[in-house]
Amino acid sequence: MTRSGDLQDSLIVMVSGGLFGFGLALSGMIRPEVVLSFLQFHDWGLMLVMGGAFTVALVAYQVFPRVRGAPLVTSGFESHTAQMAPETFVGSALFGVGWGLSGVCPGSAIAGLGAGNVQMLWVLLGLAAGAWLQGALAADASANGAPREG
Amino acid sequence: MSSVFTSTWSYVSARPVFQQPRWLQTRRWRLQLALGLVFGAALWWLTLGPEKVLSTGVPAWRLLLGGAVAGYGARLAGGCTSGHGICGMASLKLPSLLAVLTFMATGFVTAQLLAAVGAAV
Repeated sequence: MTRSGDLQDSLIVMVSGGLFGFGLALSGMIRPEVVLSFLQFHDWGLMLVMGGAFTVALVAYQVFPRVRGAPLVTSGFESHTAQMAPETFVGSALFGVGWGLSGVCPGSAIAGLGAGNVQMLWVLLGLAAGAWLQGALAADASANGAPREG
Repeated sequence: MSSVFTSTWSYVSARPVFQQPRWLQTRRWRLQLALGLVFGAALWWLTLGPEKVLSTGVPAWRLLLGGAVAGYGARLAGGCTSGHGICGMASLKLPSLLAVLTFMATGFVTAQLLAAVGAAV
């Protein structure tokens, strides 16, 4: 790939991230209080945001691969590598506990920092530590003869 | 957005688990995407946001511990609210739908238990 192609790809990726971050901020999802209010059944806004994002993504994922040969970046369309495995559900259960504790998920922690909320550094530190621990433990498990998705 | 935390470890950790091709080949754009999120939210703050910087009443221990548990869980599950909730569900993946129902359920229980013991924010 040429260097100008690299630059163009980087711009497309950053603009995509920018849209996501702007949307998370505009919808209030970077405020932990709003997320915790949803989790206590007081404010159903999160359902609208997630439902809206899901609907747009669903249309995009179903339509674009049929009308375009390739995505704007990389050579082929890929879909999420969701596994029907115990790890998916144990991990999701733990993710929910962490989400309920902090009111923050990975995307809203990163975006929240952009809106000047330096307290999000606590969450980012935790997320990085959790991701490291998961990698280290997954490596130990595969070294013991149980290969699995990292 | 949870994968960026694993892929970024490949820059500093020599452990084989972080040096897999799937992280080496994607770590650059994952960081660029994260940087985009920061810029996008900053643009909102500068144009439509409040004058003061955002802050939260959630105590630091809950932010740190919640982040660590969520980080471990999301990486074990292979996705978070955006990975399973948006990308996975929009790809019509059944495990993603079940993952979302699972983390919604434990999220409800955790937040409501905290509120019940007087720790609502």
